[in-house]
Amino acid sequence: MSEISGIQIETKDLNVIYHNNHVLKNINIKIPTKQLTAIIGPSGCGKTTLLKSFNRLLDIIDNVKISGEIIVDSENILDHRGSEVPDIRKKMGLLSQKPYPLPMSIYDNVAYGLKIHSKKNKEEINQVVQDCLKEAGLWDEVKNRLHDPATRLSAGQQQRLCLARAIAIKPEVLLCDEPTSALDPISAQQIEKLLLKLKKEYTVVLVTHTLRQAKRVADYIIFLYFGKVVEQGSADEVFNNPKTPEMKAYLGGEIS
Amino acid sequence: MITSVLIVIGSLILIVAIISINGAPSLSIEILSQTSEGGFYLGPGGGFLNAIIGSLLLALPASGLAFLISIALALYLQKDFLKPRTSNFIRLCLDILWGVPSIVYGVFCLAIMIAIGMTGGSLIFGIIALTLLEIPIITRSIDESIKMVPLGLKESAYSLGSTKFEMSIKVVRKQAMPGIIAGFLLGFGRGIGDAASILLTVGDSNYFPSSIFDQTATLPTMILNLVSMPDDAVQNKAYAVAFILLIIVLLISILSRSLIKKSTKYIIK
Repeated sequence: MSEISGIQIETKDLNVIYHNNHVLKNINIKIPTKQLTAIIGPSGCGKTTLLKSFNRLLDIIDNVKISGEIIVDSENILDHRGSEVPDIRKKMGLLSQKPYPLPMSIYDNVAYGLKIHSKKNKEEINQVVQDCLKEAGLWDEVKNRLHDPATRLSAGQQQRLCLARAIAIKPEVLLCDEPTSALDPISAQQIEKLLLKLKKEYTVVLVTHTLRQAKRVADYIIFLYFGKVVEQGSADEVFNNPKTPEMKAYLGGEIS
Repeated sequence: MITSVLIVIGSLILIVAIISINGAPSLSIEILSQTSEGGFYLGPGGGFLNAIIGSLLLALPASGLAFLISIALALYLQKDFLKPRTSNFIRLCLDILWGVPSIVYGVFCLAIMIAIGMTGGSLIFGIIALTLLEIPIITRSIDESIKMVPLGLKESAYSLGSTKFEMSIKVVRKQAMPGIIAGFLLGFGRGIGDAASILLTVGDSNYFPSSIFDQTATLPTMILNLVSMPDDAVQNKAYAVAFILLIIVLLISILSRSLIKKSTKYIIK
């Protein structure tokens, strides 16, 4: 792991238990800054749970027990309470599997975060909305109908809107939970390209169940298997020189 | 199944038809524009504008008040704020209150009026009785519609750094808007048509109420008074009053449909 320049997120002995189901077991990982880290593994291995623990989204689910540490900017975010929790989440934009635009217009979706976090005036907000929509490659498609309901967009456009909405509040990290799995191939490709572009400015954590996608985009790989980290390292290392039998089996397509 | 459909649609058509046929001949500009002073209960004279106004003066403030309380309560019942065990207990209480016959609310308010030494009815206690009657109805309808808001949408709002309050007020409220409007109108419809709870609390009057401590006539109590009169012509006026009540409820229903349609424009399916 010598090539890692900075660590954005580090977990120490992270354990997550849902009801009585031990989903994540002693997770110790480091996620490098401004690179694209892919979390891969068979379905049900805890990928999404791991991702959602980074921005404390597990808090809103009943009967979850979390222990260990998640260190972001040298603070253990599991210790944060009350109003500090929205601040952690603000640092981490989320792109979910199915795009969930907010029940408002395209413009208001992007402006929402700005309105709740800053006291920018109308022109400033207009500018940021335009910049973010451009960055997400959506501006040309929506510039003439900014005040239409966001639900009128196609699924692929909605996902890009969610991306624009996330980067509008200047997060440090983008958490992506299989963001292309519900999309058509062309939209999926657009999202992939965007993530590759955005990793220059943001740390991107991508949960994916398609190995090919991980191979195409990832710099760093975390392989989860039944709630444990089996292998982690640079994409080169993991894909070309897997150390564990599980990783070899997964790469060989024997487990999926 | 077809029989059930026919029973429902048939009874609706019958109700509207019978009320209209019997009520329409008694309807006139005079009856709608005059108060019931001057022998409304005795012969052909007078009108029931005071009852229309009285009913609206009761139901509108009561529904507004009940709505404000209900929307806050319904948002608070969600598991973002309360433990499911606590909120389910509150839901149980609300469901019991929903099932309480409206006359009980009337008797309850009457007991309070007696305890504080008020004699005769007053508009304010009618409003209180109706507010209490409507709170469980409106709260539970809004609550159900908020429970339907997808978890993914809440996650989206949270992941943008919203507080619970911002998430509830700015995102969940918008998504649940059709249900919120429906809940309000359900409460209002129940309030304006309820006779039992106000029978004991607002009294009766032939004039417009001039303050909230005045007695007032209402459409449901007026129907009750009219049918208990011995004269056929006077009894027929009850149908006219019922007809107006029906029209008001119908208008609310149409209004709610258009409002709900408007508010569904933005919601996520």
